[in-house]
Amino acid sequence: MTVTTTLKSAPPTAWFGMAVVALTIVVALGAPWIAPYAETEIVGAQFQPWSAAHPLGTDNLGRDMLSRMIFGARNTVGLAMLTTGMAFAAGSVLGMLAALRGGWTDQLLSRAIDVVMAVPPLILALMMLAIVGASIPNMVAVIAFIYIAPVYRLARAAAMNVVRLDFIEAARLRGEGTLWLMRREVLPNIASTLIAEFGLRFCFVFLFIAALSFLGIGIQPPTADWGSMVKDNATLITFGDVTPLIPAGAIALLTVAINFIVDWMLHRASGLKT
Amino acid sequence: MSPVPKLILQRLVLGVVTLFLVSALIFVGIELQPGDLAEQILGQSATPDTLAAWRAELGLDLPPHVRYLNWLGGVMQGDLGNSLASRRPVADLLSQRLANTMFLAGYAAVISVPVAVVLGLLAALWRNGIFDRGVNVGALSAISMPEFFVAYVLILVFSIQLGWFPTLARIDEAQSLGDALYRCFLPALTLMLVVVAHMMRMTRAAVINVLASPYIEMARLKGVPRWRIILRHALPNAAAPIINVVALNLAYLIVGVVVVEAVFSYPGMGQLLVDAVSSRDLPVVQAVGLFFAATYVTLNVLADILSILSNPRLRRG
Repeated sequence: MTVTTTLKSAPPTAWFGMAVVALTIVVALGAPWIAPYAETEIVGAQFQPWSAAHPLGTDNLGRDMLSRMIFGARNTVGLAMLTTGMAFAAGSVLGMLAALRGGWTDQLLSRAIDVVMAVPPLILALMMLAIVGASIPNMVAVIAFIYIAPVYRLARAAAMNVVRLDFIEAARLRGEGTLWLMRREVLPNIASTLIAEFGLRFCFVFLFIAALSFLGIGIQPPTADWGSMVKDNATLITFGDVTPLIPAGAIALLTVAINFIVDWMLHRASGLKT
Repeated sequence: MSPVPKLILQRLVLGVVTLFLVSALIFVGIELQPGDLAEQILGQSATPDTLAAWRAELGLDLPPHVRYLNWLGGVMQGDLGNSLASRRPVADLLSQRLANTMFLAGYAAVISVPVAVVLGLLAALWRNGIFDRGVNVGALSAISMPEFFVAYVLILVFSIQLGWFPTLARIDEAQSLGDALYRCFLPALTLMLVVVAHMMRMTRAAVINVLASPYIEMARLKGVPRWRIILRHALPNAAAPIINVVALNLAYLIVGVVVVEAVFSYPGMGQLLVDAVSSRDLPVVQAVGLFFAATYVTLNVLADILSILSNPRLRRG
């Protein structure tokens, strides 16, 4: 099946998902050209209502909400991508290493991962951030560390099936090193499994960053981000103003969109007809 | 040893080891910090003499492993140390908030479990119908939404526009139970919407799984009505996975309260943890974090044990 016929067979929910994701990517990449004002520029009084000059009004410090939304797309989504990418890089390397080496390497890594998985992620992240202090690099490192665990389990399970096969045995007998085996033999065979999981994990990481920023311990001001924008402007809700719901809604919309796409892909992969 | 006690023992040991490692993790993290608590409290202008006196008072002059064991011994006896910010014993800060958090989580659990099981059963009964699809899309959306979004939408609709419920869930001991239930309705509803989706999907999957078995086919051929097949034949056999998923979601509920408490300014453990993390009040973080981890680990171990016990192949060994 070609790409076009595959896309044509997609259900409306998947189409909706792809449209939302494409729009977010365009906005995130083109933020400086699309946004009417700069990210941290103070353009007026606090909490101005919606007007022609400020389509979504201004925030608690008098910055343009629309511009902050647009830059927020870049920061929140960009950081979530970076974090997920780091977790996948480290998790898959460790998972493949455990599968290839076996023995005590596998035991040690697997038991350590068991411990990380046994603690609720949000609580673990809060405790670690209390130790290292709240900042963007610390937050990215802590969340990436926590999400190594599920990626490791998946990569190890997938790699376990591959390392039993004859071509690995042949490569070993040829005298290839672990690193070579990992890169040339195992990774190409488990890549599709990992990519399918990436979308789902990205959603978790994205919601996680949004929740931490909402609690005030994630992305720190003055960087624009959807989670802290909800928190900073939450008082407006008590006056019946929906503005703070827009960044919160954007978070919800993007995660729903990605879930629709992942759901469709899993459905196709499992061979079920809709 | 027969397999069941052995498996259960393994789960219990893993749980206890996890908690020890979590408590040690925090300790090691604090050790790796440049400077120590005495310097943090007194600031950079403190003289070496005052620093030494403070270290002796806080016990910071002892080697790390001794301090860890001292702290652990204290925890076993209910002494959690003193808060750095308020200088009050951590145990005093916790007691009332612990009750509040348990109240909110319990409240949410009592509404969500029946709702989730009934929705899951109905979705399985009319599977692939309009109801099933609607509930499924709803569940997928609910799982994807951040808790604070759900919470603020509920506040906007129910307390600002309709004026039925208060926007903040402030409770104290003077209130009657009915009043407390009324004030906590929106936070409980938020938590419910977040956990119901997952529980409902698992219930549906478990019931549909059982419906595929031959004895259900037999019952259907005998002419047993559909609702009776579901209630008498399918549900009891699907109970084990459902109980398991309920226990897992209660564990999630305990953690989910953190964000919900922040939205509604509810005086619970989650709010305390977030405040302590912002001000880097490490003794409080340690105690509250350990409490959340312990509850989560306990409920997970419970879910494991229940699923081991409900598996006849393991039970007979």
